[in-house]
Amino acid sequence: MYKYDEIDQAIVDERVAQYRDQTRRYLAGELTDEEFRPLRLQNGLYIQRHAPMLRIAVPYGMLSARQLHKLADIAARYDRGYGHFSTRQNLQLNWPKLEDVPDILAELATVQMHAIQTSGNCIRNITTDQFAGIASDEIIDPRAVAEIMRQWSTFHPEFALLPRKFKIAVSGTKQDRAIVQAHDIGLEFYRDDQNKMAIKVWVGGGLGRTPILGSVIREHLEWQHVLTYCEAIIRVYNLHGRRDNAYKARIKILVKALGIDEFRKQVEAEWAYLKDSPNTITEAELQRVAQYFTKMPYDTLPAHDASFDSAIASNPAFAAWVKRSVHAHQQPGYRAVTLSLKPHGRAPGDATSEQMHVVADLAENYSFGELRVSHEQNLILADVKLSDLFSIWEQARAAGLATPNIGLLTDIICCPGGDFCSLANAKSIPIAEAIQQQFDNLDYLHDIGDIELNISGCMNACGHHHIGHIGILGVDKDGSEWYQVTIGGKQGNDASIGTVIGPSFAAEEMPGVVQRLIDVYLQERTEEERFIDTVRRIGVAPFKAHVYAKKEAAHV
Amino acid sequence: MSNLILGTSIVEDEWNLVKLPVLGEETVRKQAGKVVLFKLTGEKTYSEEQIAATVIPATGKILVPLSLWIARRAELESRLTAGELAIWLDTHEVLADLVSAFDDINQLPLIAVHVERFADGRIFSIGNLLRTRHGYKNTLRAFGDVLRDQLFFLKRCGFDSYLIRADRSAEDALASLKDFSQPYQGAVDDKQPVWRRVSRQPASQP
Ligand code: HEM
Ligand code: SF4
Repeated sequence: MYKYDEIDQAIVDERVAQYRDQTRRYLAGELTDEEFRPLRLQNGLYIQRHAPMLRIAVPYGMLSARQLHKLADIAARYDRGYGHFSTRQNLQLNWPKLEDVPDILAELATVQMHAIQTSGNCIRNITTDQFAGIASDEIIDPRAVAEIMRQWSTFHPEFALLPRKFKIAVSGTKQDRAIVQAHDIGLEFYRDDQNKMAIKVWVGGGLGRTPILGSVIREHLEWQHVLTYCEAIIRVYNLHGRRDNAYKARIKILVKALGIDEFRKQVEAEWAYLKDSPNTITEAELQRVAQYFTKMPYDTLPAHDASFDSAIASNPAFAAWVKRSVHAHQQPGYRAVTLSLKPHGRAPGDATSEQMHVVADLAENYSFGELRVSHEQNLILADVKLSDLFSIWEQARAAGLATPNIGLLTDIICCPGGDFCSLANAKSIPIAEAIQQQFDNLDYLHDIGDIELNISGCMNACGHHHIGHIGILGVDKDGSEWYQVTIGGKQGNDASIGTVIGPSFAAEEMPGVVQRLIDVYLQERTEEERFIDTVRRIGVAPFKAHVYAKKEAAHV
Repeated sequence: MSNLILGTSIVEDEWNLVKLPVLGEETVRKQAGKVVLFKLTGEKTYSEEQIAATVIPATGKILVPLSLWIARRAELESRLTAGELAIWLDTHEVLADLVSAFDDINQLPLIAVHVERFADGRIFSIGNLLRTRHGYKNTLRAFGDVLRDQLFFLKRCGFDSYLIRADRSAEDALASLKDFSQPYQGAVDDKQPVWRRVSRQPASQP
């Protein structure tokens, strides 16, 4: 993965000094709350229910073992011994002290990490597929360009204070796993008919209060131009985005209001001036950065491993875990492994310091010292040998990281919700926990098969509920907590936004509601049909009928 | 003491700022229950009465609003020729209106951009466009809610003068012009991105 040179290091070190001084001025009363706000936000510091919350950047989800050890130490020393991996592949600390943040940043800088632009109205952490570089359906590894974009967007002077936050996702696989269509800009890499690296550019996607899937602004962009083209898009947005109303300030609203054709016209007019300016990426710069993302020094291995095959045959628990948690790899004899941060009954995405150390050691011993964070809030060891899987499983299991539920109903994406977040309408973690308890039977979970259940505590949609096959949204009704349910949302190339099934439910009804949705699916499904396929085939009505029929009957 | 930075020094302001007079009550606008803090780009925020009621100082260097120049150009023409006229505009004003209002914007010794609120980043694009698209070469000043934490960005977007908000020290603010020694991307002050500026070798493995 990318390693800092002295230029990168100087920037994070100077940032620590700058932020230390900003904090000093704030604590000395030289900056008001209102003035400090945009400054701390640019640095990932929210003030939440109990304490500030610090979001640490994990660029495109890549971490080294050394970095994860450091994060574990920071969580132990400055927080309560755990951290929360987010849907944007970052790590969030729930309880740091405001005064400690400069010291935390200084510690992060020693392992080439930072919290720059992890919140605030600026270009945020760029996200991608957790299997970038190893995915069997990969066309282009987008990480080198993602790193070049990370650098370009870091303290970009023109885009430091945008109308609203700005999220970019990159993807280079046949099956999109980065949700490019739900981002302000989505970059889909492919090989054009000259076999050159090219980009299909999506713009104006986003979830939140007004979920909208992006539109294609350009079918074909040569990779050298990606920075200047993004500059053209963001400049039009910076000047014309709806600053008058925070709820309408995202680029998606501008694109919608102008229409994609008019928006494209304005962007292309702007780009005519920017194209070929010095921010055009050179072949040499791409080469320099790409050197950090070459293939790992793999051993040449046969496609099969006898010890692995016999462990599968003799150990059903191991086999169940492999079935869900182990993924195909480009290299014969290697696999990628997802470590579940979704044990039943715990906050999805949380990891304790001890667990982080265990994962870092696993990465060190079995996966070239690197790991990734997925937007589904799990951790990935990307390059492990078939023959090591059994020991990894044993160690992960001992640390509570081997729940065999990846991609299943209890692999829930969930935002911090009312337990931590001051914007929440309702709690989300207890709902996730109750659903996990309801579906605690693994055989049953495997029978239900692939399904995505996403929960957000309010319409800001941090839990991506709109694109969950089942989405749960916390709503406020006269001061009490209720939950609205959508079905039929989906991420990926054929992304869709879910449909609301009807009036909302009380918290204690939720496990039952999910159960009833599953009942309809199990009854209606054809062989090989996933939940989402059934919903798409038969529509929302049968689900709705069953959920509310029972409900009414129960109330009589 | 002056709070005006030009380049890297603190200087006296030679320009007399002319504002449109406030007539009657200013109304508080709301949207979705919240006070509207930012004006939309292109939104007209003054009236003909305000323009008419503006008193133009008879002598000296004057920094007048764009709208005044557009509406009362005849009275101001001679001041422009004398080098006594500069223009300011708000971040929500349309830059094209400024550019089309002059044969050559380099006739202006000073253009100032007023930022009503710190968080209004339109000022950065305006500075950038003035310098790159429109070839403006003279002094470009930021004023209004200008605090030290914007300075590095403003400088990179082509500003060379900053009127620090009256309750803050311009002296302290000077330090922020040097926040970062080697920024990544090309911008107005240095068009070359870092990879064209210096030779970056791959770092050795730690
Ligand atoms: C508790 C602290 C948090 C606060 C105050 C917060 C606030 C917000 C707000 C206000 C939005 C909507 C922005 C808009 O539509 O313009 C948003 C969106 C989002 N948040 Fe959070 N959030 C928090 C934590 C998280 C966490 C922990 C995650 C990851 C699990 C997350 C992931 C997201 C994502 C993915 C979106 C994007 C939805 C979109 O595209 O509009 N947030 N957040
Ligand atoms: S979705 Fe709402 S409740 Fe959940 S973290 Fe985001 S802002 Fe908070």
